[in-house]
Amino acid sequence: MIAFASLLERLIFSPARQTKLRLMTEYFRATADPDRGYALAALTDGLDFAHAKPAAIRALVESRVDPALFAWSYDFVGDLAETAALIWPEPASPRAPPPRLSEVVERLRLAGRSEVPALLGAWLDTLDATGRWALIKLISGGLRVGASARLAKTAVAALGGEDVAKIDEVWHGLAPPYASLFAWLCGAGDAPRIDRRTAFLPMMLAHPLDDGELDTLDPKDFRAEWKWDGIRIQLVSFDGERRLFSRTGEDVGPAFPDLLAAAPEGCVIDGELLVRTGDAIGSFNDLQQRLNRKRPPASLVAALPAMLRVYDILFEGAEDLRPLPFAERRGRLERWHAARLGNAAIDLSPLVAFADWEALARHSAEARPRAAEGLMLKRADSPYLAGRPKGHWYKWKRAARSVDAVMMYAQRGHGRRSSFYSDFTFGCWRVGPDGAALVPVGKAYFGFSDADLARLDKFVRGHTVNRFGPVREVEPSLVCELEFDSVHRSPRHKSGVALRFPRIARIRWDKPAAEADRLDALVAMIDG
Amino acid sequence: MDAARWIYPSPRGLYVEPAGLFIDPPGAVDRAVITHGHSDHARPGHAHALATPATLAIMRARLGGGFAGTTQALAYGEAIRIGGVDLRLVPAGHILGSAQVVLEHAGQRVVVSGDYKRVADPTCAPFEPVGCDIFVTEATFGLPVFRHPDPLGEVRRLLDSAALFAERCHVVGVYALGKCQRLIALLRQAGYDRPVYLHGALQALTDLYVGEGIALGDVRPVADAPRGDLMGAIVLAPPSALADRWSRRLPDPLSALASGWMRVKQRAKQRGVELPLVISDHADWHELTRTFADVGAAEIWVTHGREEALVHHAATHGLRARALALVGYEDEGS
Ligand SMILES: [Zn+2]
Ligand SMILES: [Zn+2]
Repeated sequence: MIAFASLLERLIFSPARQTKLRLMTEYFRATADPDRGYALAALTDGLDFAHAKPAAIRALVESRVDPALFAWSYDFVGDLAETAALIWPEPASPRAPPPRLSEVVERLRLAGRSEVPALLGAWLDTLDATGRWALIKLISGGLRVGASARLAKTAVAALGGEDVAKIDEVWHGLAPPYASLFAWLCGAGDAPRIDRRTAFLPMMLAHPLDDGELDTLDPKDFRAEWKWDGIRIQLVSFDGERRLFSRTGEDVGPAFPDLLAAAPEGCVIDGELLVRTGDAIGSFNDLQQRLNRKRPPASLVAALPAMLRVYDILFEGAEDLRPLPFAERRGRLERWHAARLGNAAIDLSPLVAFADWEALARHSAEARPRAAEGLMLKRADSPYLAGRPKGHWYKWKRAARSVDAVMMYAQRGHGRRSSFYSDFTFGCWRVGPDGAALVPVGKAYFGFSDADLARLDKFVRGHTVNRFGPVREVEPSLVCELEFDSVHRSPRHKSGVALRFPRIARIRWDKPAAEADRLDALVAMIDG
Repeated sequence: MDAARWIYPSPRGLYVEPAGLFIDPPGAVDRAVITHGHSDHARPGHAHALATPATLAIMRARLGGGFAGTTQALAYGEAIRIGGVDLRLVPAGHILGSAQVVLEHAGQRVVVSGDYKRVADPTCAPFEPVGCDIFVTEATFGLPVFRHPDPLGEVRRLLDSAALFAERCHVVGVYALGKCQRLIALLRQAGYDRPVYLHGALQALTDLYVGEGIALGDVRPVADAPRGDLMGAIVLAPPSALADRWSRRLPDPLSALASGWMRVKQRAKQRGVELPLVISDHADWHELTRTFADVGAAEIWVTHGREEALVHHAATHGLRARALALVGYEDEGS
């Protein structure tokens, strides 16, 4: 426990990644099994006790110290775990030897809730302030010492001079205290064997797009698809064994027996778990109802059947497709799916065609399906890589910024929407010597349901105050929430600002126009 | 019995009325007694200043020759009588020259302890408990979360880090007066015999300590050191220099800070310290409360710091206690 505590202490004070790595590697090298394995579990959030709640820790401390003194101290220190650790009275007599980390973990796992305070109190009496702090952090969950799970794995990999990807590959087949992993990395054994039929493969994750980053990316290098509003799932199906893993490798299969039953054999598929209500995709709330039931009743399964909307294929039979470029995997996925069209529990997430980012933004605003949270951009030539590698996949943030603006002008749309007023100009208030006046800030198109579109069209026709050719000026009374990626200074616009990729997020039928935002609000959002 | 009639807090500091003198006044006065050389206690401009010889030397070094109209040096234990008040200075164990002021008048004894600590310090005389009716105490670390560990253990952590990161220059933030010289002495006690490098702002007072007979070994200005010599070396600097441009010319600096506040990890982290060292020249909670018992005072006055908890503690132990709410102290050298 002492070595673990001083490791945690060094970690929270070391800002540099290299330093953290070295401290952890050094610890793993110098510490014996099973302590180092439990330390690794703690650093990767793999330990789960019946957590000691803050109230219980406070009660335990107040059984030893004057509550008034505790209150002043807590007020000064500001953190419960640290206050408790610092104020805990030092025992007068020589301390008993402190527990090993493994002893703490193993006994806490078996202890009932009522036994925890006594165990904890006895351990606290054996430790110094840093040891007490580490113990309380350990048991109350979430170390928050500024070292990610991935960094801890990287430090373990460095023990054996291996790449962290090799650890990722076997990680989900292992459990604390990871004896076989350490044996392998210290040269005392072979790489752990895992059962491929039931093993989770580390997922590839996306980076959010930063402001302006899009300008550095060539649209020709990318494919776009919707990010559906469900949960990201990996289906692993071999030899009749089937698993549905969440992003963290947790098996959620038992909650979705219908999907397991319908899962095709001999593949690893990356997709989005969704539920259906009738012909439509259910909301995230609907999905939540299924997630909440570890063993769902047949009625719930019938009302909200589960389905997998597939994004990617990682294994087809025994063939590992992950090294292939995305575009090639996509071809394999489409053929794989085409052979299973009759399976109602599986459908294909379509690619979204686009010529440039402007067009994609507009398409996203006009045609985003209700069940999509945003767009994913994937490099056509990227292999499927574990973790969040830089420069491969991007998540196009929805609603980077937003403002409530008033509709000023309306114009008919294009194509399918040409019979409706669906292109709008919005304004925000500018307060001048003559009072407040609306200044146009941008144009946006409407991309929601036809029913809403019809309502908007009716509003425009009923509130027109002026006509300029195809353009109608409307009574300034309807507020919409506009989303956009950023705001820039623009001398060419009367407002002095220009919005990047504005789109309508919500129609605020409820909001009086006077309460829409002022131009100042946009000016304050100008970048740079 | 009520001593508050001849010694009491006033807006200009703690005032001893029959003697017409203030103790550690925050602004210039006619007649001042100075407990020690930290700047929040030792202000310039008094018409007359009385202190230990070492404190006067420190004030001269920091404030220049004309820091007071006239000065009077009083050695530890030497007694004088001013306006019917018997006064002597006894060691406070805080820094070189630091003193408690022992005052007797009308059959009562009041001890004004200034800043003090109880653990051994190779750079100054140890705190001497003096029995009294009223004990006037600081409360810099007046909360039970403050318990300073063995300073040698902290110095060993510094040496362990310097061994593990042998290519990194370990820069330790220390207050120029007291902490700096004590840390060097502790390093020597721990057996460290390599040169210790000093930021220029620490040189004068360190020279003064050496001149007062405190052995600090091989101490060199960092400005003269070749970069290669600074890899794995220990450099002392004022805390304010840790984050600024100055430290960038050192090889891969690792910042440490020696202060009692480092006990609270959240605070250490906020300051961006990589290696916090809990080394303080002030009494921690347990030293404070133990001292109340040692001096046997029925009444405790608390000058500056976190007074509430200390007053509460004294009250629950049957002592009369009050917070003086003096202004102007900023805990230099915590
Ligand atoms: Zn001081
Ligand atoms: Zn002070």
